[in-house]
Amino acid sequence: MRATQQRVSRQAKAFTAIRSSAVALSAAVLPGLSWAAGTIGETQKQPTNWTAIGMFVLFVGMTLWITKWAASRTRSAADFYTAGGGITGFQNGLAIGGDYMSAASFLGISAMVMASGFDGLIYAIGFQVGWPIITFLIAERLRNLGRFTFADVLAHRFNQTPVRVFAAAGTLVVVLFYLIAQMVGAGQLIKLLFGLDYIYAVIIVGVLMMVYVIFGGMTATTWVQIVKACMLLGGASFMAFMVMWHYGFNPEKLFAAAIDVKKSTSTMGPGGFVTNPISGISLGIALMFGTAGLPHILMRFFTVPNAKEARKSVMWATTWIGYFYLLTFIIGFGAIVFVSANPDFLDADGALRGGANMAAVHLANAVGGNAFLGFMSAVAFATILAVVAGLTLSGASAVSHDLYASAIKKGKATSQDELRISKITTICLAVIAIFLGIVFEKQNVAFMVGLAFAIAASANFPALFLSIIWKGCTTRGAVTGGFVGLISALVMTVLSPAVWEATLGYPKGSAPFPYASPAIFSMPLAFLSIWIISLLDRSAQAQKEQEAFDDQKVRSETGLGAFKAASH
Amino acid sequence: MASELTQRIQQNPQYQRLIKTRSALGWWLTVLVCLAYYGFILVVAFDKSLFATPIAEGWITTWGIPAGFGVILLTIVVTAIYVRKANRGFDRMVEEILEKEVQS
Repeated sequence: MRATQQRVSRQAKAFTAIRSSAVALSAAVLPGLSWAAGTIGETQKQPTNWTAIGMFVLFVGMTLWITKWAASRTRSAADFYTAGGGITGFQNGLAIGGDYMSAASFLGISAMVMASGFDGLIYAIGFQVGWPIITFLIAERLRNLGRFTFADVLAHRFNQTPVRVFAAAGTLVVVLFYLIAQMVGAGQLIKLLFGLDYIYAVIIVGVLMMVYVIFGGMTATTWVQIVKACMLLGGASFMAFMVMWHYGFNPEKLFAAAIDVKKSTSTMGPGGFVTNPISGISLGIALMFGTAGLPHILMRFFTVPNAKEARKSVMWATTWIGYFYLLTFIIGFGAIVFVSANPDFLDADGALRGGANMAAVHLANAVGGNAFLGFMSAVAFATILAVVAGLTLSGASAVSHDLYASAIKKGKATSQDELRISKITTICLAVIAIFLGIVFEKQNVAFMVGLAFAIAASANFPALFLSIIWKGCTTRGAVTGGFVGLISALVMTVLSPAVWEATLGYPKGSAPFPYASPAIFSMPLAFLSIWIISLLDRSAQAQKEQEAFDDQKVRSETGLGAFKAASH
Repeated sequence: MASELTQRIQQNPQYQRLIKTRSALGWWLTVLVCLAYYGFILVVAFDKSLFATPIAEGWITTWGIPAGFGVILLTIVVTAIYVRKANRGFDRMVEEILEKEVQS
């Protein structure tokens, strides 16, 4: 440890002070701006870190090899969207974890725990509670009714064109906001960890994800997610183990040491994260039901052969993700003791070197030395790559399957045409992602992950859920109500403090919508709109759709007639 | 109109029992998770001192820690309960229903 710290000290001196080190974090712990922990704030370029780059090149080499192997298995549109449906429940569970455990949540939540202790746990729990809901209400029925995208479920008895257009809009909006947040985070993180220029960092991420998706489709994306999930879980487990080992696996001793450093017991109880109950509940609704409406997560349920494996996938995903959040809590407390009290990791003003979100990265250095620091840096980069690849694949599928093949070609496109369109879309999305990543470099994008979740909870989830369980639901109701949810979530977010004050720069307290998340209003609004408009819909089409419900219901409950996995 | 097969399955008493027990289980567990989570958030919003109280005299660990970890573990446990139940019971019921109705 001594030698490590000397090495750290030498390296740390080379770090430069950070202008806005605590921007993301201070925003995170302020009520009303609770989303900031989901993204990585502005950082300063660091000296080139060759160990980290070496580890990363190794990872990229491995993933490109996977992509090459996957490319030989990606011949049809079905292969591209669902990896031929041959992924097992256990593998898919890890891949879902890979999709969901982003670098921002790893670095952001552990940093939040370091700064305010218990509040970080409150935030993490929000991301966990959506998974049982998906298991009980969505996963099996989704697998039984759909084929490639969640729009397939809506299109099962509804009018193709409008529901496909709605689902594609819901998918693309969610994917785009999520993607921008990841790209900006990636650029900042890589600038920080590897000492590369922001613009190169964004381009590297964009190009690599494009290569994975274009050549390897869902097969490559899935395996990149699995490799990344194993690396992240392994690295985080090691860090938490080292921290607990130091305290003889007695949490009391760890907490005691943390309180010693903080010189206050406030870390052990709730702080300023949830002060307004409406904000707290609203945020909770967005996270809980948003998880059940994220298109790139829903799409993963079509990669397994049947409903049973879909069920197993969520079981594994819930377990790994829950375990991961428990680890981040220990890592955050470890960072209080080993990082925030160690002058090697602090700048002249006592702020964390490299920015507030570096807590876990410095801890990697403290417990495992420079080689492990390099490994965790590479893991963080790999994590971003895997997440953006999943998002891009989902966006590309919405365009090629929902818009092109179903809405425009009315199901008459050949598999090859569909595949071609999805590859072209992937290139377009990569270019857009790189472009927006550069445009938003200096912007505060902390609200975007929250917005993505709010829209998923207010548009995708209500339409999908009611179409599955309610006979009376009609095309008109689902589409109009879905758009009501989408637009109201968007507008309320723009009027909320996170955008109005933090991004647009209006004075504090001037935001017309005072809460952290719109979901408590926008989600019920969407449900209500779907309900009322469906009830008022007396068209012949509506009657036909309601009559088709019984067949759909039996299929969703028993899997009778569900799409089978394409054989290889 | 629903197909003849759909009608036959809907009239199968075992199917009716499956739908009833499975959806009841799903909804009850959903309610349980919501109560635990939103209860947790409401305690945080209205009575912060409750979670900041040590679990015993002279301890540092507060009630908030087991409560928070408890919510995370609860999500895993209820998911496991549902999956176990589905693997052992519901799947067999589905198989039997389809075997009987699809082939007859």
